[in-house]
Amino acid sequence: MKRILMALATAFLFATSFALPSAAQLQVRVTDGNFTPTPLAIPDFQISGTNAELARQISDVVRADLTSTGLFEMQNPASFIQKDLSLDVQPRFADWKIINTDGLVVGQYEELPDGKIAVSFRLWDVYAGEVMRINGQPGRRLTTTPDNWRRIAHKIADSIYTRLTGEDPYFDTRIVYIAETGPKLERVKRLAIMDSDGANQQYLTPGRNTVLTPRFSPSAQEITYMSYEGGKPRVYLFNIETGRQELLGNFPGMTFAPRFSRDGQSVLLTQAQRGNSDIYIMNLRTRESRRLTDHPAIDTSPSMSPDGDAIVFTSDRGGSPQLYIMNADGSPRTCPSGGRDAACRITFGKGSYSTPVWSPRGDLVAFTKQSGGKFYIGVIGVDGKGERLLTEAYLDEGPDWSPNGRVIVYFRESRPGAGPQLWSVDLSGRNEQRLKTQTDASDPAWSPLLQ
Amino acid sequence: MQTSLKLTVAAAVLLSLGACASKPKPVAEETAPVEVVDTTPAPTETVEETVVAPTGPLAGSLDDFRVNVGERVYYDLDGYRLDSDDQEILKRQAAWLASYPKVRILVAGNCDERGTREYNLALGERRASVVKDYLVSLGVDPSRIDTISYGKERPIAAGSDEQSWALNRNGFTQIVSGSTS
Repeated sequence: MKRILMALATAFLFATSFALPSAAQLQVRVTDGNFTPTPLAIPDFQISGTNAELARQISDVVRADLTSTGLFEMQNPASFIQKDLSLDVQPRFADWKIINTDGLVVGQYEELPDGKIAVSFRLWDVYAGEVMRINGQPGRRLTTTPDNWRRIAHKIADSIYTRLTGEDPYFDTRIVYIAETGPKLERVKRLAIMDSDGANQQYLTPGRNTVLTPRFSPSAQEITYMSYEGGKPRVYLFNIETGRQELLGNFPGMTFAPRFSRDGQSVLLTQAQRGNSDIYIMNLRTRESRRLTDHPAIDTSPSMSPDGDAIVFTSDRGGSPQLYIMNADGSPRTCPSGGRDAACRITFGKGSYSTPVWSPRGDLVAFTKQSGGKFYIGVIGVDGKGERLLTEAYLDEGPDWSPNGRVIVYFRESRPGAGPQLWSVDLSGRNEQRLKTQTDASDPAWSPLLQ
Repeated sequence: MQTSLKLTVAAAVLLSLGACASKPKPVAEETAPVEVVDTTPAPTETVEETVVAPTGPLAGSLDDFRVNVGERVYYDLDGYRLDSDDQEILKRQAAWLASYPKVRILVAGNCDERGTREYNLALGERRASVVKDYLVSLGVDPSRIDTISYGKERPIAAGSDEQSWALNRNGFTQIVSGSTS
């Protein structure tokens, strides 16, 4: 079945002015210690057409996206005083101030003659009494086919989030993961994908072979993962658009723990031969691979820095799994401790550390920590300083970053015997929440922003 | 307030999900560990009175290997060294393999669930390799032995307790071919 997933036209509307352009006051700080969510009012969008239900659903998704950040509090519609909002008329700010709303979103849903739908919206700063410009424009208008309505909602929410926080957007993205079914001793593991808010869940592989650890390309709708196809555990590329799977490289040993470089041009992976695991990098264009570690200890789970200069990985060369950083070109590295070494250890806390993932911003590494019978998701500076544990459970494992580096997704077994579920947490450690999936789920990985 | 509207289509991006997205290309059946088929002989109705000697598994069969030799060795937490019990089992495996030279084996390294997935894949490979090396040191031709790591993907005990985890930290020697049926 050919399915048009997305056909989206965006347009900027309203070339001319509303209020005089003075700096708006409304600004949400995402890092404040004493945090109070910012009150927003997002009434159901106005309707120019027949499908009132769709207009309401789009409004719902915008509200849900923004609420999911933990940064905003949606005002109760029952408290709204002004009922006659219109896209092109300045709202009565007094009516919104009195219910303590900082921001007001006014939207309008239209059905177009060609069968498409369009949604226009404006974001108002209630206290400043002016429209908040988005990309220099006093509003935005987005057009698509009706079946693609969720992406309009995510893009609107992204615009509002970015305008109010200054952070890059991340709602218009997808999450790939491993869907798990069946009893514990006969687990069926399938590659699956969903929108960032859990909508549109679908399987990408049929479950005949166990598949593990999918990771998104940062630049394309492509995944790298490990599959036991043919009884051999090896790393594959998987194109989401075509469904095509391709064996990566011609390694004699097991290959696993793949992850794209930040430019999407290479895949880092681990090859195990004669019991020893070492890290390699394969250039996807030339298909040439290069060995990056050569050590009798286990070296695995490589993740490259955004600038491509360094790689963080797991090694038990010190006796237990810990995180190390090496230079991508193999040259000796000046370690935080002062010495120069092929690899610098950055974790020294109690317990073991594994599954490092370099943040998109470059300053932090997310990891899984195991200590005292518990598992934790945490972050640490690339200099080994400032370790912070964000979550704790019977099993928390496998963090990955939202493309804007604000949110971490991971999987959790909340108690012994409980199946794994997907969870997310804000980088601040606030706002831990479950991402609902139809089946048990593990190994989540975040896509780049959709194009 | 007067507003003039000007509509400019800035960008139209079309991205389609191809036909195969929900129907990935078929993939071959995994040559997964072969479950032992129960070859217990059916009870025979006898009119004449005969003495049926108690029979064990057929010599050289999968059951023979499983029952009389032992197919798994068990590791300590985070460990991969073979203790004397493990070495006894592997000595019996080597002797049995010497008796049945056509047999090929796959040694799987398994881990408990109290570790992260990728590290456990590496640890399982190390465990399988230790078994292989020991069998080779006892004279088994290395070309008869393949290894695989399942990390924490193939538990044999479903519990989440110390006893189950101990069972799940194992090296599993599986007959791939060449046994008496």
